[in-house]
Amino acid sequence: MTAIAIETQNLTHRFGSFTAVDNVNLSIPANTIYGFLGPNGSGKSTTMRLITGLLTPGSGKIRVLGMDIPQQTEALRLRIGYMTQKFSLYEDLTVIENLHFIAQIYNLKSADTKQRINDQLHAYELNERSNRLAGSLSGGQRQRLALACATLHKPELLILDEPTSAVDPENRRDFWEKLFDLCDQGTTILVSTHYMDEAERCHGIAILESGIKRADGSPAQLMKDLGAQVVEIDGDNLRQLKQQLTANSQIISAAQQGTHLRVLIKENIEQPQQWLLQEFSNVMQGRRLTIVRPSLEDVFVHCTGEGRQ
Amino acid sequence: MNASIDVHNSLQRIYAIMVKELRQLSRDRPTFGMIVMIPLIQLLLFGFAINTNVRNLPVALVDNSHSEIARTIIADLKATQVVRFVKDYATSQEAVNALTRGDVRAALIIPKDLAQRLDDERPLAQWIIDGSDTMVGNAIFGLKNMPLNTLNSRALAGSYNIHKSTFEMTLFYNPERRSAINIVPGLVAIILTMTMVLFTSAALVRERERGNLELLITTPIKPMELMIGKIVPYVFVGLIQMSIILGLGHLIFDVPISGRIDQLLLAALVFISASLTLGMLISTVAKTQLQAMQLTVFLLIPSILLSGFMFPYEGMPRLAQWIAEVLPATHFIRLIRGIVLRAATLIDLWPDLLWLLGFTVIGLLVAAKRFKKRLD
Repeated sequence: MTAIAIETQNLTHRFGSFTAVDNVNLSIPANTIYGFLGPNGSGKSTTMRLITGLLTPGSGKIRVLGMDIPQQTEALRLRIGYMTQKFSLYEDLTVIENLHFIAQIYNLKSADTKQRINDQLHAYELNERSNRLAGSLSGGQRQRLALACATLHKPELLILDEPTSAVDPENRRDFWEKLFDLCDQGTTILVSTHYMDEAERCHGIAILESGIKRADGSPAQLMKDLGAQVVEIDGDNLRQLKQQLTANSQIISAAQQGTHLRVLIKENIEQPQQWLLQEFSNVMQGRRLTIVRPSLEDVFVHCTGEGRQ
Repeated sequence: MNASIDVHNSLQRIYAIMVKELRQLSRDRPTFGMIVMIPLIQLLLFGFAINTNVRNLPVALVDNSHSEIARTIIADLKATQVVRFVKDYATSQEAVNALTRGDVRAALIIPKDLAQRLDDERPLAQWIIDGSDTMVGNAIFGLKNMPLNTLNSRALAGSYNIHKSTFEMTLFYNPERRSAINIVPGLVAIILTMTMVLFTSAALVRERERGNLELLITTPIKPMELMIGKIVPYVFVGLIQMSIILGLGHLIFDVPISGRIDQLLLAALVFISASLTLGMLISTVAKTQLQAMQLTVFLLIPSILLSGFMFPYEGMPRLAQWIAEVLPATHFIRLIRGIVLRAATLIDLWPDLLWLLGFTVIGLLVAAKRFKKRLD
């Protein structure tokens, strides 16, 4: 059995009458990359802030790296790295000055600091920009600097709040390579995202919506366990077809993807293709219906279909 | 036709901006409050507080004659309401010491040969006046030719006609009665209040607005460490500013620097710390940099008007005096004028020094307490 890095029990947090986190139970194994997948306002950031002790939970229990949060928050701070959603380093300090600042705040020994900072500059490809002001860096460079700072003190747990939301796809891929390197070195990583491709890279994910955990598990398992079947329908007038289909209670959702419509049908329908042709015989002429493997997006849509506003 | 459409479109855009501004303004509650509060409070306060007609100046008495005549002179002086006798001393040296400490603004020395002087029609007694504040000095100076009504009416010693002055006036510290001597040291207090409070009042708010704070609070840094770290660099800025003002004041306006430099530096150090702490307190209250700025201005105006910088403390009503006592600038103005002009030491002026020290320590504790390393 692997060690558990983060554990929450019935975690609930309210802002006034709004429930941001609703009875969430998590068990995140150490040395994995774990993702929070959810739309904006689903409680990803709030849950992360509760886990880091930045917010005091309304009710429920949190244990992080074997410590009770929020009671032992100060002790936890030395052992975690946290990257905020918004770039939070000093834009009017240079790359290297920011790193030095963080090193001193974390009381890194000055003898090792220089070497450590140098290593980080190389690892995060910032060595040629070490004297540039952080404010003049591109989105990707900023994220690398933020990650370099967050990992400077070699934290056991790294918490990243939508780290790639302002980063182009190529830099996102590079960024994830760095995360896998870190995970390989033994770091547990908790990352929030609303990108499916990123969520799919995680060892485990929790799908959050309206503060409620809708599903959790490995992406492969979640796709396998999807309580629905996916049919792709091509042809013309897909907009009208979509409206007709979604009116049926057996159909969970229909989403247009280029020239075809991706339809999620409840799993109690045994022959989805047949059923579709019968139910909608008037609009199915000349269309090709294909059963496809569920994607993580299907899982996401299936889990979060209700309660959307 | 085209032109009128252009004008119409332009007006519509201006209107859109106007409505947006008003909406934003009405949602910024503290700013909205300031719009009403600043004129209201400031006007009421200063309308009553600003009083160039100085009264009830605290003075000391050294009565060497212990005579009936002396008592009637004192009664007449009390009747003018310009002065108020707060201390009795046996020797004039003690009275001068009290003057140096700033306990009293002047001392009346009544000589042993009072009766003889009355007969000789010489000045009856001597006023030793702290001339550093020209407004105060002038008020007491106005007593020079005071008619001795009681003395005359009672005919205690025949009729005393003033051909010469009733009192001999001795102005200490500023014999030429130049206002620069009083203004320049006071200006140090005002400029330091302005810059020091401004530097730190925006300090935490700026970190919050830029998003730096969310990172900072996840690090092991403690609130007090953050406060002290943010304050110390500005102490040097403050000392540089004071050196510039006093240096130029000395060179250009011939302001004497009578006291010891180490005493001056120490007083400045404590005041700068108190002002920075005050800014830090504002910083824990304000939500935006604009609010921090407004609160600073809100504080700066009483520091200029009530601290004794422009108008003597003694001329202000009781309420204004209470407010003045809370402001660090009031205490520093007493310290710096005492040290620079009257060569007082910090031991002489200990109550003001202690107050500033206390303010700094308590202020820092409150600021650190108010600053939570949490987001809720």
